[in-house]
Amino acid sequence: MSVIIILLAASISVAALFLAAFLWGVKSGQFEDDYSPASRILFDDKPTQSTPTKK
Amino acid sequence: MVFQILDQNELCDYYDLNKNPGINQRSKIRKGKFDFLSDKKIQSRLISFQDEVQAHVTFYLPQMHCSSCLYLLENLHRLDENIISSKVNFIRKEVAVVYSVQKISLQDVVETLASIGYEPYISLNDLDQKRPAINKGMVFKLGIAGFCFGNIMLMSFPEYLGIDATETALRNSFRWINFLLAIPVLLYSAQPFYESSWKSLKHKFLNIDAPIALAIIITFIRSAWEVIDGSGGGYFDSMTGIVFFMLAGRILQDKTYRQLSFERDYTSYFPVAVSVLTEGKEIPTALPDIKPGNTLLIHNEELIPADGILTRGKAFIDYSFVTGESVPILKEVGELVYAGGKQTEGNIEILVVKEVAQSYLTQLWNREELKNKKEKSNTSFVHLLSRYFTYIVFAIAAGTAIYWMVHDQERLWPAVTAIFIIACPCALLLSNTFTNGNILQILSRNKFYLRNAQTIEDIAGTTHIVFDKTGTLTSTQFQDISYSGTMLTAYQLQQVAALAACSSHPLSKALSRHIGQTKKLDVIGFKETAGEGIEGFAGEDLLKIGSYHFVTGQVDRRLGTAIFVSFENKTQGFFLFKNHYRDDITTLLSGLKNNYHLSVLSGDNEAEKENLKKMMGNNVTLRFYQKPEDKLRYIQYLQQKGNKVMMIGDGLNDAGALKQSDIGIAVAEQTNNFTPASDAIIEAKQLPRLTKFIRLCSANKNIVTTSFVLSIVYNIIGLYFAVQGALSPLIAAILMPASSLSILVITFGSSNLLARRLKL
Repeated sequence: MSVIIILLAASISVAALFLAAFLWGVKSGQFEDDYSPASRILFDDKPTQSTPTKK
Repeated sequence: MVFQILDQNELCDYYDLNKNPGINQRSKIRKGKFDFLSDKKIQSRLISFQDEVQAHVTFYLPQMHCSSCLYLLENLHRLDENIISSKVNFIRKEVAVVYSVQKISLQDVVETLASIGYEPYISLNDLDQKRPAINKGMVFKLGIAGFCFGNIMLMSFPEYLGIDATETALRNSFRWINFLLAIPVLLYSAQPFYESSWKSLKHKFLNIDAPIALAIIITFIRSAWEVIDGSGGGYFDSMTGIVFFMLAGRILQDKTYRQLSFERDYTSYFPVAVSVLTEGKEIPTALPDIKPGNTLLIHNEELIPADGILTRGKAFIDYSFVTGESVPILKEVGELVYAGGKQTEGNIEILVVKEVAQSYLTQLWNREELKNKKEKSNTSFVHLLSRYFTYIVFAIAAGTAIYWMVHDQERLWPAVTAIFIIACPCALLLSNTFTNGNILQILSRNKFYLRNAQTIEDIAGTTHIVFDKTGTLTSTQFQDISYSGTMLTAYQLQQVAALAACSSHPLSKALSRHIGQTKKLDVIGFKETAGEGIEGFAGEDLLKIGSYHFVTGQVDRRLGTAIFVSFENKTQGFFLFKNHYRDDITTLLSGLKNNYHLSVLSGDNEAEKENLKKMMGNNVTLRFYQKPEDKLRYIQYLQQKGNKVMMIGDGLNDAGALKQSDIGIAVAEQTNNFTPASDAIIEAKQLPRLTKFIRLCSANKNIVTTSFVLSIVYNIIGLYFAVQGALSPLIAAILMPASSLSILVITFGSSNLLARRLKL
C-alpha cells in the first residue's frame, strides 16, 4: 500500500513538472509567435550576436 | 539600392530564401521625415527601456511578409554595428531593436530600417496606449485547471471502480489529494466566472456565469464536506472538468487576431508630428501640441492634420480618405482646407484655425453617443436562455427541498446540492463558446475577421444593409475608361498617352495606363495647369487634355469624370472615367436584395445612379453627395425606425457610420492595411461571399439551441437521480464528460459541415 503512495507522489510531481514547463512556456511567450522560430532555425548563421542584454 | 546595402553586408542570402522577397512599392523617403524623433518627449514614449548603454524599442512594420524579411530584420546589426540586436515577432509584425544609445539615436535606427524598405509605422495611437497583450492569465488558469482535472480523474478511478472498503487509509489519501487539487481550481482557475457574475449582479442582470459560479461553489462545499466527514469522495472531478472545458471554450472564443486592430481612430491615420514654422525655421511638433495660429508646413504626400487656411502654395488635395472621391481637389491661397486631406503636389503652408482634436473630421469620431453605444449590446440570447433555465432549476430545487423536508430531512441537503451540481447551464455555455469559436475560425480562414463573438449574433440579426460606393462596391485601383467622340487613330492615341504620361495626376496616369504606351514620342512644351489639364506638343501636334473648360474654353457642368482631348485646338472627344465595380458584386447584391433592405451611400455625384439601379433593383435607396456626417445621420435614422443596420464601408469617410451602425464592416484591400474602427474586417476579394458568411452566422443560434436541448436531456437524467438524493459520483462523472464531449462533437461537426456545404 505504501508503494502506491510513493507512486502517487511520483506521478503527481512529474505532472507538476510538466505543468511548470507549460506555465514557463506561456510566460516566456513561446506560444505567441509560432512562425519566426520555425524559420529562424533554417538560417545558416546565428541571427543575433549573443550580447549580454539585461531585461 | 537595397540590393547594394545588402551586398555590402553579405546579406544576399535574403534573395535565396524566398522567391519574391522584395516589395517594390517603396516610396522615396523625404529627408528629415523622422526629425520629430529627436524630440525627447516623443522618444520617451516610444522607448520601452533605456539606460546609459542601450535602449529597447519596438516598431510595427506592416511591410513584413516572408521569412526573408525575418532574416533581414534580425541581421540589422550587420547593417549598423551600433544596433546590438533585433528580434522579430512575425505574428504581430513587430521588431524589437536594442541599440547603443551613445553611438546612435532613435532617428538613426528608424532611418536604417527605412533605407532597406521597412519604414516603421509610428502613430499617435502607439504613443498613447500599448496594444493589448494577449490574456496570458486565461492560459495559466486553463493550464492549472487541466492539471488538476487530469490528476483528480486519475485519483477518482478507485472510487468509480468500487475500492475495497477495507483500504480506508488509501481511500482517504486519494480523497484528500483530490480535495487539495481542487482548491487551486476553485480559487484561481474559476475566477473569471466569479468576476463576470459579480459584475452582472451589480447591474441587476442575471447572466450565464452567475448560476455557473453558484454551481462551482456549491459543488466544492458539498464535496469538501463529504471528504471531511468521511461519507464520500465528492464531485471534485466534475467540478474541475467543467471549469477546464469552459475555460477552453472561452479561450477559443476570445482568440483575438493580434495583427488586426478594430479600435483604430483618427490618430492612427495621422502622423506623429508635423513641421511647425516659427520664424522661418521648421520645428517638428507633436500633434497634440499644435495650437490655432501656428503655421504648418505640409510636405508633398503628407496628411493635413488640422483644419486651417491655406497661406502659401497651391494645394492639390486628395480627400479620398474623407470623402471617398479619388480625384484631387484644387485649393487656392486663402481657402479653408480640412484635416484628413493629403497634399499631392509640392509643399504648402497652412495656418491652423482649429486644434487637431476639434477639426471637422476628428469631431465625428469624438461624438459622445458613439462612445458608450457598444457596451449596452451585451444581450446575447444565451443569457436569456440561461435565465429561464436558472429559474426552472431553482423551482425544482425548492420543490425537492419541500418534499424531503416533509418526508426525510436527512436527505434534504444531499438532494438539493446535487440538483445544483448537475443542473448548471455549463452545457449551454460550452455549446455557445465552442460554436462561436469555431465559426470565428472558419470566417477568419476566409479572410473575414470579427471583433468578437457577439458580432456573430449581431450579423445574424441584421435587417438593413448599407453599402458605401467608392472603395467598397467599386475598386479604388481600377477604373473603366471609355472614349466617345471622333475616332482617334492609333497614332493619335499614342500622342495622348505620351502627353498624359508626363503628368502625375491620378487621372492622367490612369489614362496613359489605359491606352498603353508602345511608341516613344517626344513631348515638347509640356505645361500643366493644376486642377484643369495639361497641354504640350506630342509628336508634331499641340494637344490639350483636361476639363471641358480647359479644352474648349466654355463653361459646362457634366456629371461623371470626363477628360476632353483636343488636337490643334480642335476638340475631338472625351474619355469617360467610370468606377470599376468589383467582380461578382452584382451576384452579391442580387443575392442580398431578396432578404434585406439595401442602401447605397456615396460621396460622389449621381453619375452611377442608373447603373446601380440596374444592379440592385428599384427597392434600393440611393443617396449621393453624402458627407461623412450625412452617412452617420442616415444610419441613425434607419436605427430609429427599428432596423438593425449593417454598414459596409472603407476609409475614414465611413468611420462615423461604421461606428454608429449595429455592425460596421470595414473593407480592406489587404488585411494589413489600416481600417477604421469597426466590428469586422473583410478582405475586399471576399466581399462577394458575404451572403455565405451571413448564413453561417445565422446558423450559430440553431446550433447552440440544438446542443442545449441535448444537454437538457442529460440534465433530466441527472436530475432524476439528484432529486432522489441518490446522485453517486460515478453517475456525475459519466454524465459530465459525456454531455461535454457530445456537445463538442455537435458544435464542431455541424458548424464545419455547414461551412463545407457553403464552400467556405
